[in-house]
Amino acid sequence: MKVLEGFEFRRGNTFIHKLDPRVKLLYSVYIFALAMIYSHSLTLAVLFISTLPLFYVAKSLGKLAKSLKGSIILIAFIFIVNYLTLGFERALAMSIRFLLIISCFSIFFLTTYPEDFAEALVKLKIPYEFALTFTMAVRFVPSLSREAQIIVDAQRSRGLELEKGNFIKKLRNYIPILIPLIVGAIRRSIKVAEAMESRAFGASPKRTSLRELKLKLRDYLFLILITSFFIFALYLRYCIGIESYVFSIFELT
Amino acid sequence: MPIIEMRNVAYRYPGSNRIAIRDINLKIEAGEYVVITGPSGCGKTTLCRCFNGLIPHFYGGDLEGEIYVVGLSVKDTPTSTLAQHVGMVFQDPESQLFLLTVEREIAFGPENLGLPREEIAARVEEALELIGIQHLRDRSPHELSGGEQQKVAIAACIAMKPKILVLDEPTANLDPRSAWDILHVLSDLRRKLDVTIVLVEHRLDMVVNHADRFIVMNEGRIILDGLPCEVLLNPMVANIGVGVPKVIRLYDELRKYNVNLNFVPLSSADFKRAVLEVLSR
Amino acid sequence: MIEVRGLWYSYGEIVALRNVSLKIELGEVVAIMGENGAGKTTLIKHFNGLLKPQRGYVKVFGVDTREVTVAELSRRVGLIFQNPDHQLFAETVWDEIAFALKNFGFPKDVIERRVEWALKLLDLYSLKDESPFALSGGERKRVAIASVLSYDPDIIIFDEPTVGQDYAQKERLAQLIKLLQSQGKTVVVVTHDIEFVAENFPRVVVLSRGEVIADGATRKILTDNEILEKARLLPPQVTQIAWELSDFGVPRDLLWLPEIRDAILKIVGGRL
Repeated sequence: MKVLEGFEFRRGNTFIHKLDPRVKLLYSVYIFALAMIYSHSLTLAVLFISTLPLFYVAKSLGKLAKSLKGSIILIAFIFIVNYLTLGFERALAMSIRFLLIISCFSIFFLTTYPEDFAEALVKLKIPYEFALTFTMAVRFVPSLSREAQIIVDAQRSRGLELEKGNFIKKLRNYIPILIPLIVGAIRRSIKVAEAMESRAFGASPKRTSLRELKLKLRDYLFLILITSFFIFALYLRYCIGIESYVFSIFELT
Repeated sequence: MPIIEMRNVAYRYPGSNRIAIRDINLKIEAGEYVVITGPSGCGKTTLCRCFNGLIPHFYGGDLEGEIYVVGLSVKDTPTSTLAQHVGMVFQDPESQLFLLTVEREIAFGPENLGLPREEIAARVEEALELIGIQHLRDRSPHELSGGEQQKVAIAACIAMKPKILVLDEPTANLDPRSAWDILHVLSDLRRKLDVTIVLVEHRLDMVVNHADRFIVMNEGRIILDGLPCEVLLNPMVANIGVGVPKVIRLYDELRKYNVNLNFVPLSSADFKRAVLEVLSR
Repeated sequence: MIEVRGLWYSYGEIVALRNVSLKIELGEVVAIMGENGAGKTTLIKHFNGLLKPQRGYVKVFGVDTREVTVAELSRRVGLIFQNPDHQLFAETVWDEIAFALKNFGFPKDVIERRVEWALKLLDLYSLKDESPFALSGGERKRVAIASVLSYDPDIIIFDEPTVGQDYAQKERLAQLIKLLQSQGKTVVVVTHDIEFVAENFPRVVVLSRGEVIADGATRKILTDNEILEKARLLPPQVTQIAWELSDFGVPRDLLWLPEIRDAILKIVGGRL
């Protein structure tokens, strides 16, 4: 669960927070692509370190650290499997690649308002209904989790012991928790639908929006910055063959 | 012309044997403040759903009779149109706020209408100001108290500039202070906007002083309809299990002992005045 | 019976209960009042062990709640939650009411008897084979109550039982509480409904921001403007009328309709 903390949105006022979500998403895509293209542990490490300044600016280094700490087991697993089959350097490389993937999408989710994300989706031509579904899901997660806790309390007060019994019994014990939760969710969704209808949802085929995502100067600057970086990284890899160079150094030692 | 008119209306929910409401004949004029009350299950909520077309369009079922709201036939008009004239606030504060900030929530209605951005922004500002919740603009609905959530719900309806505001037990899940707060907001709105209010409520002591008219329902029918003090003095009301405000019960008790106050007090301050008048007779 | 001493509890940074101490004896009927966030629900969750004290102690029947499980405590302390939909899950009303009995390991014949008893008590017998989800709001509430009363706990706690209830339903609830009291049960009700408390509870505990600011006779407390203000509670209607008429000699500590009626009759009496 701690892994998810690296993806929890946090309100903030930093440069990164203010960037248009589409630009941030592009950044994540660039880094992901580079993480796949590069394969030596040293170059991957450099790539990883290059993402850290962004976290620093977004004041989210702490959150990143937490989520990486939370995935330590997974990283250890990846390392061990690769070490046993492909050797130390490969294991290191794969682990760093995994870290990179977590961090590159983490920066996006940590610094983007969920509803701006929804709006970015609409701008990317995804139908409003889908974006709305995403927004509502995020909206109701805290409510659901609160309700789940109340339900657990209520059933424990009737003598339900969740920790007792063998595996099968434990599963069965969750039925009195899941059913009220699901029924409650269904009931709520009907109420939400009623409320949406009562505020004229679907009145006009051309729906407008209070806020519109507009690329600003800082977005263009960032776009130029990261695209140059991406092109430069590709250049290094394919034209100069930096990786083969790095590989050969390590082969000699 | 009445702003809401129902003629010989009866309704049954799909798959149900029971008739939920029947023999409903009702006229509400523009600007009235009507309270609808009655024991649980009497059909109050069903009646409300007829005002913005949730019945029959959302719920289906069998609807008989004629319903006209701002001159539109409810049976033939989609909810998305009716919702522009009738705002509805529901009992559960949490479920009617489904977006991530208060501002977006209030903008939702106008956005659905395809209004230009400046218009939407203006309406959001106006609604926030009218209800006095500007400080909640960027907050997330799930962080708000029940009373605050209901205020946001009302603001979200007001942004549509409806002529009628229907509220189905908006204070049921609120503590007394928040409940009074909401009812003050309503009275305030009525003064500022000249909107028609239809309020379903159990806690009659809180509304007896604000409403123009009381409608009492029982077992799907309207059994009483008139001035608050007249309706509440009718013994039928207590018999069906509706909580009559103590000020009115006291008035009635005193009558039994031959103490006739000059008027029916609707608040404790009223009572002082009434007693003073009796003493100075 | 229930003894709370120096209880402190916080949710993370937020202090919910500060140095709370109180005692509830066998057979008492007590109301716990306070505005939202005052700590009422946090307090009662300590009575059946859902929450354990961070400082101080809570003893139920002489046993420190930290030494027993929630299941063990629940056997003797029944807690009925505000929203029945947070617990209904069974296929039939009968199964729902039998759930706790099964969890506590009652033998089959006892379960049968107890469920029948609870069904009849809450007027649910005709609905025993229905699905709880098909019932009306009021009926679901009664099923929730029946499912706790069925296993006959000594202490019964209701969390906000009057929310959303109409007048007749509140009357039935008041009668149920009286019945339970006559059976020697201890009843604790958390509520913000001051009229309900004024009419049915001799003792009230008032919480404000996690502290007990009053504990004693309802009549003294609910007519005390200072306490009401501090707790952000509105006075009962009868009391409000009495205060308006205090210039005429009407006592300020009236709670009930017959009292205010008689007081007014006395003032006006000479004029008839």
